[in-house]
Amino acid sequence: MRQVKELFSSLGVDCNILELDQVDDGASVQEVLSEITNQRTVPSIFVNKVHVGGCDRTFQAHQSGLLQKLLEEDPAYDYDLIVIGGGSGGLSCAQEAAVLGRRVMVLDVVVPSPQRTSWVKHNWETMTEAIQNHIGSMTRGYRRALREKAVAHVNSCGEFVEHHKIKATNGKGQETFYTAAKFVIATGERPRYLGIQGDKEYCITSDDLFSLPYCPGATLVVGASPAALECAGVLAGLGLEVTVMVRSQLLRGFDQEMAEKVGSSMQQLGVRFLRKFVPVEVQQLEKGSPGKLKVVAQSTEGTEMIEGLYNTVLLAIGRDSCTKKIGLEKIGVKVNEKTGKIPVNDVEQSSVPYVYAVGDVVEGKPELTPVAVQAGKLLARRLFGGRSEKCDYINAPTVVFTPLEYGCCGYAEEKAVEVYRKENLEVYHTLFWPLEWTVARRDSNTCYAKIICSKFDNDRVIGFHVLGPKAGEITQGFAAAMKCGLTKQLLDDTIGIHPTCAEVFTTLEITKSSGLDITQKGC
Amino acid sequence: MAALRGPAGRFRWRVRAVPGGARGTAGRQCYDLLVIGGGSGGLACAKEAAQLGKKVAVVDYVEPSPRGTRWGLGGTCVNVGCIPKKLMHQAALLGGMIHDAPHYGWKVAQPLHDWGKMAEAIQNHVKSLNWGHRVQLQDRKVKYFNFKASFVNPHMICGVSKGGEETLLSADHIVIATGGRPRYPTHIEGALEYGITSDDLFWLKESPGKTLVVGASYVALECAGFLTGLGLDATVMIRSVPLRAFDQQMAFLVTEHMVVHGTRILRGCTPLRVERLSDRRLQVTWVDLASDKKDTGTFDTVLWAVGRVPETRGLNLEKAGVRTNPNTQKILVDAQEATSVPHIYAIGDVAEGRPELTPTAIMAGRLLAQRLCSRSSDLMDYDNVPTTVFTPLEYGCVGLSEEEAVARHGEERVEVYHAYYKPLEFVIPERDASQCYIKMVCLREPPQLVLGLHFLGPNAGEVTQGFALGIKCGASYEQVMRTVGIHPTCAEEVAKLRISKRSGLDPTVTGC
Repeated sequence: MRQVKELFSSLGVDCNILELDQVDDGASVQEVLSEITNQRTVPSIFVNKVHVGGCDRTFQAHQSGLLQKLLEEDPAYDYDLIVIGGGSGGLSCAQEAAVLGRRVMVLDVVVPSPQRTSWVKHNWETMTEAIQNHIGSMTRGYRRALREKAVAHVNSCGEFVEHHKIKATNGKGQETFYTAAKFVIATGERPRYLGIQGDKEYCITSDDLFSLPYCPGATLVVGASPAALECAGVLAGLGLEVTVMVRSQLLRGFDQEMAEKVGSSMQQLGVRFLRKFVPVEVQQLEKGSPGKLKVVAQSTEGTEMIEGLYNTVLLAIGRDSCTKKIGLEKIGVKVNEKTGKIPVNDVEQSSVPYVYAVGDVVEGKPELTPVAVQAGKLLARRLFGGRSEKCDYINAPTVVFTPLEYGCCGYAEEKAVEVYRKENLEVYHTLFWPLEWTVARRDSNTCYAKIICSKFDNDRVIGFHVLGPKAGEITQGFAAAMKCGLTKQLLDDTIGIHPTCAEVFTTLEITKSSGLDITQKGC
Repeated sequence: MAALRGPAGRFRWRVRAVPGGARGTAGRQCYDLLVIGGGSGGLACAKEAAQLGKKVAVVDYVEPSPRGTRWGLGGTCVNVGCIPKKLMHQAALLGGMIHDAPHYGWKVAQPLHDWGKMAEAIQNHVKSLNWGHRVQLQDRKVKYFNFKASFVNPHMICGVSKGGEETLLSADHIVIATGGRPRYPTHIEGALEYGITSDDLFWLKESPGKTLVVGASYVALECAGFLTGLGLDATVMIRSVPLRAFDQQMAFLVTEHMVVHGTRILRGCTPLRVERLSDRRLQVTWVDLASDKKDTGTFDTVLWAVGRVPETRGLNLEKAGVRTNPNTQKILVDAQEATSVPHIYAIGDVAEGRPELTPTAIMAGRLLAQRLCSRSSDLMDYDNVPTTVFTPLEYGCVGLSEEEAVARHGEERVEVYHAYYKPLEFVIPERDASQCYIKMVCLREPPQLVLGLHFLGPNAGEVTQGFALGIKCGASYEQVMRTVGIHPTCAEEVAKLRISKRSGLDPTVTGC
């Protein structure tokens, strides 16, 4: 503490010191401080309203020149906030900051992906054209929203050149420099390629699928992410022959019991799964729209090789964060070298105090549009609105739009066991048969509902999982209820809406630990 | 008195002279619990009590409708209510999706609907449910009688079989769960002779053709909605306001959408007579109440949906001393579901002041059984019961209507957040979303407790259920707003309601 005071006095800076152990409400001030800054220890240094950190970080900032920069802070910055990247989280942050009366700029440019193909008339085109029109109108909607809220939108690439200063390069190569007090990185992610022979030349990604001007034909989907399974489901639903190649788990990070059920519901639809294989080579046998590709794949458990012929190979093996060419290293923002993601604390702050990150570029957070939107909005309110509310990443509901939809909120069963231990949990579950499926003679034991309750917390619901039609619409309200402390008792006390799928959650009786039969008798 | 009421209001079973076992003398059988009516509430109560070790009998008898329609065990919901209704609604929705399909690249032939095929499939499903109920009763050792029951004295009923054979049944506790049946108007010439009700509609083997639905209840709107969706010419005749007990702004939007969807709505009209023409079609004469002008129209079918009558008349309730409301004929009950005779209870549609909904009857029945078996003292909570009207655009609601909230708390203390939104699924087929609307009624004072939620749009039932829990948990506006949306769904719009009615701002949602 003394060293910090000395540092500031050596810099000739007046500082306002609040000795927490000498004021009556010191404890509550410390509580609030840790809420705002995520730092429980003292000293806690603020420079011109920016939280720098404790002693060590203040000295680091002094060495890197950041401290001087912060001390110089004055209205001379061009903007209060510059958002780099036009992801949903960044846009919501920008809009909210503008609503709060700040000068805001968004820097964004979309780089086309490597595959671009010729145009052929087809039925497929009706659909993609209509969808592209809608996406176009949404983009226009975004821009209008930005304009209305007085956000400067610059169609350029952004790159840090020094602290608080960024270089914007537009499509014609013109460079402009802007400064801002705070920055938010929301560059999102681009689909990843395999790094094998033929991948960039012949494979497409989910980003390309939605603008593909021809029907993809027999398709190999590589990967088991939500995007992979969603694409596979869409194509299978449209009557195409679809194969999914999976290295290990389906829907990694999701409840694995649910993930396997999603997989088998897709198998029922005719999707073929190749488990524990990875592609090693893609060859083009014929050109065309679509052409013909040969894929060689190797078993992950041995040397077994398999070959397959497909019209289209769609890679959905994950996404790379777009954090490379934006000059983060110049100002010292820490980036995970392997994933390219930016580690942040629970107030979305990176290793450089005035630089924040939201959305898919953030390390260890769910990659979901609405979460990013929420995180961006709350960030703007904390930065400029005097609020302290943080984004709740755990109770963020998620839906995978596979043919049979999977919705969840809260913990996966594995994760709940890890956090709470098995003996402290009770899992209630059942298979169910949607009324609409009865007459249509669909299977009576495919749809599944599961909740995970914390026994020593009043049977509070900490995990909600549903596999069935309209899971997205169902899950939303339950997520709101979980936010309000939903318990098993409240579920039991709530009247069902008859006849719906959602009502199954008001009559859950069988615990997993009882081992009782949950199959539905197909009357 | 048979039952003792303990200080905590719990019930104890009568100490019997001969415990357990059938104690029947010739033609007379004794039970711990006798349930009259094999519908949702009655079956739930019987099954629960049997599971808790009681000796239980269910007496059920379906009086054929005036058109001669009859059905099996399970009550209104299974046979002539929710289940066939939702399935016909689904059939109609599929028609709409087929119309959307070409926009998504599907090549489909002009769709034609075969009523007979649909009806057969639905009726087969209903029959399988009838059978399922029989099996469940057997599994749980509940005795089932296909008898028409009436009271002989407060502990005994007389059951009459189809063949006219009489059996006496006595029980310590009797639950009346006989439900209700559609009402026929009494002063309209030809109504009974030529009209049908929802009891018949779901069991028609052939298409009803051009149909006039008379009534403003949700039954009327739902039936007219799916008939229109199936490609039939359907007209609804409403005397005054539609969906009277519901939020009136929502009710207006529901009917407005129906008109856009192709249903003809005649407001402020009431039928005078129905006549059969020589070509077997029906000619209906009605009067416009405002102008007093008379008009006529020709229909293939006239469906009365003008309310329901509780099934209390044949029960000889006066022999048991069970009191009813002379206006509604419904049985008067207290919070324990007990009638004026303490060991006789009434649940479901037959009980005065209860919502006419399957899940409330089921829960009331189960809780009653648990109290009767001293397993719990929990009472049924009839507040915040969620429900959904399955009109072509579905309307789901829970909690208070805007009118009711204002009446209870005063306009100054109520804040209403609302939005007109466009479901993503409507965009590509260019469907009109003018009536897709959400309204959250809250207390104005922070943290703005949610009093009611009203949702008009696709899948309203699925959307509303979870939010009903939220309201049960005492959710505030702020908590709902802090919930992350699920993108892209309609339900997420609920978690994004920003515009208050008071602000006067445009509540139309734009962009994402």
